[in-house]
Amino acid sequence: MNIKNKDLDIKVEYVTRVEGHGNIVVNVKNGNIEKCEFHVVETPRLFEGMLRGRSIFEAQHITSRICGICSCGHSLASIQAAEDALGFKPSEQTTKLRKLLLDYEFLDSHILHIYLLAAPDALGVPSFVPLIKTNASLVKKVLRAKKCFNDVCDILVGRHIHPISAIVGGFTKLPRPKDLDNMIDILEGLREDINDLISVASKLKFPEFYRETEYVALVNDTDEYPLLEGDIGSSDGKRFNKKDYKLATNEFIDPRSSAKFTKLSRESYMVGALSRFNLNHKKLHSKAKKVAKDLKLEAPCYNPFMNTIAQAVELVHCYEHALELLKDFKKNGIDYSEEIVVGINEKGAIPTRAGNGVGAVEVPRGILFHNYEIDDKGIIQHANCIIPTNQNINNIEYDFMKFLPEIINEPKESIKLKLEMLVRAYDPCISCSTHYLNVEFVE
Amino acid sequence: MPKNKIKEKPKVAFFDFACCEGCQLQISNLGETLLDLLGVVDVVEFREVMSEKWDKDYDVVFIEGSIGDHHAEERLKKIRSRAKILVAYGSCATLGGVNGMKNSFDIEEIRRYVYGDKANYFDVKPTKAVDQVVKVDYYIHGCPVYLPEVVEVIKCILRGVPYSVPDKPVCAECKLNENICLYDKGVVCLGPWTRAGCNSWCPNNGNICYGCRGLVSNPAKNQANDIIKRYNVNEKIKELGKDLMNKKFEMYNKAKEVLDEHKK
Repeated sequence: MNIKNKDLDIKVEYVTRVEGHGNIVVNVKNGNIEKCEFHVVETPRLFEGMLRGRSIFEAQHITSRICGICSCGHSLASIQAAEDALGFKPSEQTTKLRKLLLDYEFLDSHILHIYLLAAPDALGVPSFVPLIKTNASLVKKVLRAKKCFNDVCDILVGRHIHPISAIVGGFTKLPRPKDLDNMIDILEGLREDINDLISVASKLKFPEFYRETEYVALVNDTDEYPLLEGDIGSSDGKRFNKKDYKLATNEFIDPRSSAKFTKLSRESYMVGALSRFNLNHKKLHSKAKKVAKDLKLEAPCYNPFMNTIAQAVELVHCYEHALELLKDFKKNGIDYSEEIVVGINEKGAIPTRAGNGVGAVEVPRGILFHNYEIDDKGIIQHANCIIPTNQNINNIEYDFMKFLPEIINEPKESIKLKLEMLVRAYDPCISCSTHYLNVEFVE
Repeated sequence: MPKNKIKEKPKVAFFDFACCEGCQLQISNLGETLLDLLGVVDVVEFREVMSEKWDKDYDVVFIEGSIGDHHAEERLKKIRSRAKILVAYGSCATLGGVNGMKNSFDIEEIRRYVYGDKANYFDVKPTKAVDQVVKVDYYIHGCPVYLPEVVEVIKCILRGVPYSVPDKPVCAECKLNENICLYDKGVVCLGPWTRAGCNSWCPNNGNICYGCRGLVSNPAKNQANDIIKRYNVNEKIKELGKDLMNKKFEMYNKAKEVLDEHKK
């Protein structure tokens, strides 16, 4: 490929169809790539700073507001970190309900990303809006599924965006038998639509681009596909207890972005659906394994664009797993004596103590860490949150550096679109990483 | 209130500032109703879900998020100058919301806490609500916004009539929902001081009201005193520490202490 005399200047301000604000800047002079970066330009929100001096029992409420798309994931990581710091062990029923909530989170988030945010690229349109005319039944199915996943969340925790009843200690309201029936009916009613949507996913075309990187996700020694709990594992053979998350993330700051960067064994690593698939595909539900085969996704997969397909596989896994949990609750019943009133713990239901706790939870975009240090009254002294998108930014830039020379002879608009697509494939969540996305070309 | 009644198929845009974007996301939870909505308005810009851009004036803009740096203020003023009707959408926009909590800290100190010696890379100013920078025509409170209210406000905008945010406490709705009072369960709830309009969403699910819709303009002082007496709230506050009680109120309402710039 002759790129010797190529000059290129791209600046995409505010990459669209991602959560938050980010820019892409590309600058090629005489065939030399001088700049190929992804900048986070969101206003810093300083959540970690704001938590100091607040009660540990308020942490879930506040940190769920880091992100509207994955607020259930933030809640679960926050609760896990708080309970770890307090030395509180949740009941088996509570843990199961949290796993159900996490399944709902994956369903809601993946359906949005695969079909409303990523698919328009593969179908050659700027958003789902033109699809209302050309693919009306697809859009209707997606919106219906999105609403249904939102509805089951409403039933379980009050609402999907900033869940209400899932707090430190357990749940302030537990689903009644008729709620369980409702949730099962809503999910079962979607079965056919989900099959149709998966066959749509099989038609999505993605660029052929491969770069092997380090894949990081939760791992465990059981048969369960680990989402809510586990150790931190990597495809380069590293394994850490969640308490040692800092050894896995090695955060550093760069002036380009208001988000922090991370790395582990190599220059960068990837988190998210593709990493989970690469590490844990053997533990997926049998139906999800079949879908992976149908969608031609095989581990290890080194094409980051396939992250969207890995999400489709997880969609099926979480759908089946959620139904299994619900049917199990229906069969064995729910113990309503576990319903709690904790509030900000005026009742002293959970004794406070000084401590340091870590939450490590897989959320739709990858592994999420919350870490709180509290004093003996349960007041937060220090807080630290490491967000999946932050962990991916560095990897996106290394992808750029390999991908750009491969497509540099294409028209500028096509290069621009492909770089944006690559960013979107990671399903970045920039509110989380403070917020992100925008492509700059410099000619 | 809006001067110009808007024509058929208004051009509508969504813009986000510092926030979690959850309120925008609520729109996608309308399900197929979203298609009905798209039948009566033209959504011309919505970065979170669309790549389309618009370079003319807007009939209605929804502003999500609070204003936390110089760049954001300039951007907001530009949007205002191109918009006939501006809606502050969600608590971050209407009140400053949770982002306002940072105003309780020394800005330099909190920036340094998060970004260390690289703090200077980032421009951070105290959080402001949208109406502390530009004029707002409609308010939709809530963290997140309550969809039935969103639909109600959109109807008002389309008909060219004002929308009045309910100015009674959350308790009024909570009673109608026949919830057991949180005070009876032994915890302090902000319902008696907080604007209704959310159908007492949190108490319905067993949690307390956190005050996300802002405070009522004229709290029923006697009744509030009654509650304080009857439930020994002062004792509880003593146990919690006065600081923690103030912090409860500040979780959503701190930013409103910033000077109202556009009124100067």
